[in-house]
Amino acid sequence: MTVFRIEVTPAPGIVDTGGRAALHQAKQLGFSPKAIETTSIYLVQGKLDSESVSKIATELLCNPVTECAHIGSADLRADSMIEVHPQPGVMDPEAQAVERAIERLLGTKVQVQTGRRFDFQGATCDEASELAKRCFANTVVHEVHTSPYHPKEFKYGHAQDMHVPEIPISTLSDSQLETMSRDSHLFLDLEEMQGIQEHYKTIGREPREIELETLAQTWSEHCVHKTLKATIRYEGPNATNRPHHEEHEDGTVTIHNLLKATVAAATFELMEESVDWCLSVFVDNAGIVKFDDKHAVCFKVETHNHPSALEPYGGAATGIGGCIRDIMGTGLAARPIAATDTFCVAHFDNEPPEGCLPSRRVLGEVVRGVRDYGNRMGIPTVNGGVSFDNNYAGNPLVYCGCVGVMPIDRIEGDAAQGDRIIVIGGQTGRDGIHGATFSSAELTDTHADEFSHAVQIGNPITEKKALDAILEARDHKAGCLFSAITDCGAGGFSSAVGEMGEKIGATVYLENAPLKYKGLTPSEIWISEAQERMVLSVPPENVKAIQEICDRHDAELCDLGEFGTPGKELILQYAGETVGKIDMHFLHDGWHGATRVARWNKPELKKSGTNLIDVQTMLPKLLAHPNIASKQSIVQQYDHEVQGRSVIRPFVGPSGSAPSDAAVITPVRGSTKGLAIGNGLATALADDPYVIATAAIDECVRNIVCVGGDPSTIAILDNYCWPGVKDEESLGRLVRCSHGCYDAAKAYGTPFISGKDSLNNQFTTESGETIYIPPTMLISGFGIVDDIATCVTMDAKAAGNLLVLVGETNSAMGGSHVLLVDPNTECDQELPTVSLTDGPRNATRVFEAINSGLVTSAHDCSEGGVLVSAAEMAFGGELGLDLRFDESLCFSETPSRYLLEIHPDKRAQVEQHFAGIPCEIIGAFNDSNKMTFGDASWLLEDLCRGWMTGMVI
Amino acid sequence: MAKALVITAPGINCDLELAEGFALAGATPWSVHINELLENPAIIDEADLIGLPGGFSYGDSIAAGRIMANLMRKTLYPKFIEALRRGVPMIAPCNGFQIAVQLGLLPGPLPGGDWCGSAPAPTVALAQNESARFIDKWVQFQVPTNTRCIWTKNINSTPATSLIPIAHGEGRFVPANHAVMQDIESSGRVACRYGANNNPNGSVGDVMGICDASGLVLGLMPHPERFLRWTQHPTWTRLSNEEQQGDPLGLQMFKNAVQHVTKNKTQNRVEQSV
Repeated sequence: MTVFRIEVTPAPGIVDTGGRAALHQAKQLGFSPKAIETTSIYLVQGKLDSESVSKIATELLCNPVTECAHIGSADLRADSMIEVHPQPGVMDPEAQAVERAIERLLGTKVQVQTGRRFDFQGATCDEASELAKRCFANTVVHEVHTSPYHPKEFKYGHAQDMHVPEIPISTLSDSQLETMSRDSHLFLDLEEMQGIQEHYKTIGREPREIELETLAQTWSEHCVHKTLKATIRYEGPNATNRPHHEEHEDGTVTIHNLLKATVAAATFELMEESVDWCLSVFVDNAGIVKFDDKHAVCFKVETHNHPSALEPYGGAATGIGGCIRDIMGTGLAARPIAATDTFCVAHFDNEPPEGCLPSRRVLGEVVRGVRDYGNRMGIPTVNGGVSFDNNYAGNPLVYCGCVGVMPIDRIEGDAAQGDRIIVIGGQTGRDGIHGATFSSAELTDTHADEFSHAVQIGNPITEKKALDAILEARDHKAGCLFSAITDCGAGGFSSAVGEMGEKIGATVYLENAPLKYKGLTPSEIWISEAQERMVLSVPPENVKAIQEICDRHDAELCDLGEFGTPGKELILQYAGETVGKIDMHFLHDGWHGATRVARWNKPELKKSGTNLIDVQTMLPKLLAHPNIASKQSIVQQYDHEVQGRSVIRPFVGPSGSAPSDAAVITPVRGSTKGLAIGNGLATALADDPYVIATAAIDECVRNIVCVGGDPSTIAILDNYCWPGVKDEESLGRLVRCSHGCYDAAKAYGTPFISGKDSLNNQFTTESGETIYIPPTMLISGFGIVDDIATCVTMDAKAAGNLLVLVGETNSAMGGSHVLLVDPNTECDQELPTVSLTDGPRNATRVFEAINSGLVTSAHDCSEGGVLVSAAEMAFGGELGLDLRFDESLCFSETPSRYLLEIHPDKRAQVEQHFAGIPCEIIGAFNDSNKMTFGDASWLLEDLCRGWMTGMVI
Repeated sequence: MAKALVITAPGINCDLELAEGFALAGATPWSVHINELLENPAIIDEADLIGLPGGFSYGDSIAAGRIMANLMRKTLYPKFIEALRRGVPMIAPCNGFQIAVQLGLLPGPLPGGDWCGSAPAPTVALAQNESARFIDKWVQFQVPTNTRCIWTKNINSTPATSLIPIAHGEGRFVPANHAVMQDIESSGRVACRYGANNNPNGSVGDVMGICDASGLVLGLMPHPERFLRWTQHPTWTRLSNEEQQGDPLGLQMFKNAVQHVTKNKTQNRVEQSV
């Protein structure tokens, strides 16, 4: 076998767009090479003659109109060069596709690796290497070479011992158990390790390695949400008269299962009281609600923070990939129709801590990851946001959401006795091992080395093929060909098969799993988190039909075993030998949470005072603040139109230069019923975690209402990202926040249908300093638009129309963007709070006004306050605006407020409609090119430009 | 009723909306996977219209549309030429366009010339956008007066409604040389252009889409199948009722092609009965 090297470069006279983009990227990160030329490298290993190699180069790899191919290594073209290649074993989707294409072209099997070469003008070899590290390669997944890489043969992994050892734990002391838990990356606490020790003593043997791994995955924070389900003794305000809260005489309460007592309690109470459209909550991969008589819609939001911290591109891509699979694995498979994303990162000018990538690069790579995966899967990313805070420097947050639609009679599935365990999709490799336990650990600067195997690169086309095949099998003319489906996420097969077979047991033949390369041990196969795999429970008589469908779609299928065992056990076989056997009852119910203590004390009141802010200079600064500024440079890279479902897009107005509050899509082709998707995030109010929940729910509802969504149909999702929960105070903040979730969900009538938590988001630097993220609660939601013709956008429509503010404004400026722009601003620093009576009432009234045609545009009044929101409406609609409002309140971010544009003829009707609630005419649109406010005045063009250029990646 | 064949493949993801475009225009769409078509190329004989949808066929590995075009060159190219001789209109938006130019279907021979017996080497390319980024936006849509394209001829729209969405990373139209460009321009094979100063990707001559000499095959970077309803227009909440009269631009294109087929069929029937 020989390795051939083929280089492809732009033809003379054709601009090297890749090189130009690389140069731009290098300059953004502070490097100054004169020019960069890029080359695509293909290494092909196989028995090939020179004619075949030349055929591959000219017919397959090179476009004769724009490119040149060179066989071998071209000489250095400039002052220095580097080459970036994926490390052995790291997923290389392009290489896989090229292998298949060569096989079809020549009929010969080959192995392929790809790489990219950069030739630098005006950079020394040292500078080139530094550039590679900072801009173009991530050593977690890439190898960097300083000369053309042309190996004699490809490297392969070493064969390992296939024996599954027993791990003696029966005689270990407590401290030995703890050490073992950490060193073997089990991340179980002492009580859990003791429980396992006890269990194996009872059954009279030592656990096998694969059994310990299975228990660790299944009991991980990531999979069972231990903290949120724990029993908590809590001391804090406003904790009595709550469901599942046992009250004590000393004023403290014992909360039995925090999730059940707050988030889920709100849902179940609402379902008993009034909400009749929740079809499946908290039990499946996503929450499901009724859309119309024939269809249901489902929604899931995931975080993929830790993988994204190490390798933002792969981490974000597999984050969205995993969330899409959740939708594919909901009920009997839903079709993914929209994606959302929200990122939290450090400011671009923040100096990254040792071991971390610069923030601009983190965000750029995260966006690239979501883009490459979402666009290739054909799922429009329609909504999201970016929030900046330097405490995210070591631990950026990546929230990925996905919405699906399904026939209403396909919302439930159950694995049946005798069904085959069928896996469709990607092959299993060593990638992603220990992801579930890793996500439950804290990051340190050595994590990049220790956990690099937890990082994965996705292959969206593998997932797309699986999706096409699965939907065809679901909609088969003979009825759905499978009885249950789930995705392989954290914990891999161990979690997926373990969950599906929870009630009936399963026998798994691990040697049946198709592998990316030889040498995986049975334990590795079992817990690998290799991407793009779905597990189906298929009646034996349907296996052939599914196989045929998969063959047509080039999707790989394997039969991993059978559901149902006499003793309801999980039996793991490898090459004729039983390598593991676990009682399903112990696996799923053997875990017992400890009682934790938590407390929350109201922080000292911030000084109240008078707001003295220079309006003229503050407004442009706010519009250019990265939280508020346009995210167009990100959104434009997402294919948010694919599937042709768009009704309200991320950007609106004649020039597309204004930010929508929420997206509206049509889940059912040809139907005029729409689905509005929005989110809320109020991290700056974290001084009181109760408020970050209530304010986020209020914002999510407002966003959906502003495009015409009906607030009585909104379902929401919680997503906790916490700095840690080990000490009483941080756990107390979690309880306090959950109380906010319960109260607001009840008040707004918005049931939680699904949720997620990521509770260890902190980063310890080499010098021992720990950076904690602020407590972050993302609320995502969707609501129904009965007739999309009633939707409105936020861009002002006509001169002469009036601007109305609905909702009360107060002077509290705590957590406001004014303070982010200038922390020394003299103002009332109290935190704003959400009125749980006014908020829902305002939402309902505004919706009624929009729905009855009283309103020509509507905008959520939030970040930056009235002036910022009004300015966005004005420059969005390219209309002047004359505003009158109390100057001391114009930058307050009081929740529950709406800005509405109305025709002057509708004034009386509008005033009557809002009778009894604060509703004030604060301005009128005109044909000028200015916005004026008392003595202050701005050119719209300037405001818009500042907003457009405040955050560009 | 006219039957419209929609060709799917691993990574193709605009097939459902393309089928909807055909359906709303009065044709009956049906989808066939490339693997089935490679096994049985005669399926193409059943089609009155053909759509090569957008997406990321085979992940757009190597370059957009490269692997899919390579798969199709040997067995399917001749069947496409046969279909063209029968008068079958074909539309290839986005990834379909990238495939069609590498398959040798576009720009095709000069008017009066004949098709090569086997797939010719490409003479135009769709290279990476000048910005080296994927870009999703709505752009101005203009039809040259001399176009031969049966899909884009006689489109009715106002400046506010003459928009169409693009979403691609590799859409920069590049001809192999000046002569190729001149031939395409002068023979009416430019089917549509970006508006002046509105060229999103650096395409030579602002070319957005081209057709063959018969005007039947249309390849274009934007997605007409994403503009079949007024609520898909980016500023539909600002459009007056008058502006929303008639069909949106995308749907008009599908109707043009279906009407062409219907007329053709009627004519054939008349000729046969004579």
